[in-house]
Amino acid sequence: MEAFFANFDLVINGFSWTVRLTLLSALGSFLLGLVLTAMRVSPVPLMRGIATTYVETVRNTPLTLVLLFCGLGLSSALGFTFTENVEWDVFWFAVIGLSAYTACFVSESLRSGINTIPLGQIEAARSIGLTFGQNLQLILLPQALRAVIGPLGSVLIALTKNTTIASAAGLGVIEASAQMKQMFDKGIAPVIPTFIGFAIGFLVLTLPMGFFFSWLARRMAVAR
Amino acid sequence: MLLFDVPGPRARARHRVYTVVTLLVLVALLGYVGYVLNGSTMRPFNPEGEWTAQKWTPLFTAASWQHYIIPGLINTLMAAGQAAVAAVVFGMLFGVGRMSDHKWISWPCAVVVEFFRGIPLLMLIFFTVAFPLVLAQLAEAVPALAAIGLADVDITVDTLTAVVVGLTLYNGSVLAEVFRAGIQAVPKGQSEAAYSLGMGKTQVMTLILLPQAVASMMPAIVAQLVVLLKDTALGYIVAYPELLRNFRFISTEHNNIIPAAIVCAAIYIAINMALSRFAIWLERRNARRGKASATVVGAPGMDPASVGALGAAGEPGAAPAATAAPAGTTPEPTLRGEPDDGPGEPGDGAEGPDEPGTGPADRG
Repeated sequence: MEAFFANFDLVINGFSWTVRLTLLSALGSFLLGLVLTAMRVSPVPLMRGIATTYVETVRNTPLTLVLLFCGLGLSSALGFTFTENVEWDVFWFAVIGLSAYTACFVSESLRSGINTIPLGQIEAARSIGLTFGQNLQLILLPQALRAVIGPLGSVLIALTKNTTIASAAGLGVIEASAQMKQMFDKGIAPVIPTFIGFAIGFLVLTLPMGFFFSWLARRMAVAR
Repeated sequence: MLLFDVPGPRARARHRVYTVVTLLVLVALLGYVGYVLNGSTMRPFNPEGEWTAQKWTPLFTAASWQHYIIPGLINTLMAAGQAAVAAVVFGMLFGVGRMSDHKWISWPCAVVVEFFRGIPLLMLIFFTVAFPLVLAQLAEAVPALAAIGLADVDITVDTLTAVVVGLTLYNGSVLAEVFRAGIQAVPKGQSEAAYSLGMGKTQVMTLILLPQAVASMMPAIVAQLVVLLKDTALGYIVAYPELLRNFRFISTEHNNIIPAAIVCAAIYIAINMALSRFAIWLERRNARRGKASATVVGAPGMDPASVGALGAAGEPGAAPAATAAPAGTTPEPTLRGEPDDGPGEPGDGAEGPDEPGTGPADRG
């Protein structure tokens, strides 16, 4: 146990990457998910088709493959770069992969949130002459977003855990699980305390998230 | 669901404009992707482009399929199959155990389930890989254990075992919650009637509750198997020679990571879509038979098929409250019946009716 705490800075460093990956990917996936959802309920069949194809394709692909594609495909094979710094470059590709993947689940949640809205709401909105865009902005999304706080919380928790796969995008981002593995392999600290320590670290991240989102979901629930 | 009326002439004209704009954006995007993939001397890594035959043909030769793709697929399916069976058994034991009247059974079960659900799957796999190290360190730290021969235990954990153990613990814990939800969803009168016939608790569980619960749980279980199958790709990270790893071998040899990734993704997508369709079919069948399908979803509007596939190491179908609450205080999983083609049916919602003439803005 002492060896684990003696290297606590490594643990903190690992989780700092986890948190950074989570926050940026959460932002990216939420925005992309919002766009995908708007496309999926839009009046233009082509938009619906594109968004549905994207969601069905990406969510059935393993995240490991998505991240590998970003890291090796976009970065190494096609030569895209964000920064000169290798570590941050891998980081941004991991954020792109995580966002692209998680956006599917954000979109699925939002769409099912829209489905919970009573038909009368939409009909009423249309009958007073709101356009599709106004309908979406003023009537649907405010209600749908409140209905999906709980599911979106689940998506965020899953995303936090999924950041551990970032190492598939390339070496360089030593997030928590990679840090844990290094501590195992280099014999920095015994395995069991290290494992339990990192597990507690993840619970410390995800438990408050879960509490917060279920509190928020109750608080914001739409009475029907 | 349709958020718009049957379009009139002006709306139709507007929609045509939108369609053209979307098409232009799509063409521009595809054109850019095509340009990037085409390669040029500007791109030192990839001067010859991705469309050349020498990048694609290696993926379709008999040798590639014989030595890499088919064995990889077999390894993936083997890991998924073993883990699926083990996870269902694990889930049933811990799901039922968690509902036990004996605190000394239900509490440990709850702790195990919440722990393994709450931490990333990859960490479980890393831990399993490091298990021989654990034994050695234990023997070193606790002399008593070394005395009874722990130091001499010489085991190796192969990567298949690590992947299967990790997948089993994680997905088993998720399935435990599914089982719990399914069992609690059986109408109370069933168990009351069984008790009044003089059955014991074990008999009620095995003869009355479980058989009825299984039908309602099938869609959620199959949806979880999609997650499990996708998560076998984590074996890549610990060098288990599954499908993704073997495609990586091909791509290293032929320098064709992008074509390899595309073909690899196509295989995964085909398998997963087939499984997802199966889950949806099971759910519809339940609905036709007037049975509800059990989900572990706490919040409204999540269907098991969509949440179920939630992720590599995802949090399939779990209500955040259920995920988050510490052992013992977890809210009971809820059961929702999914009406087959009711207005709120999420499965075929947003696509809407394809022929707008069927009626003014019907949903689904």
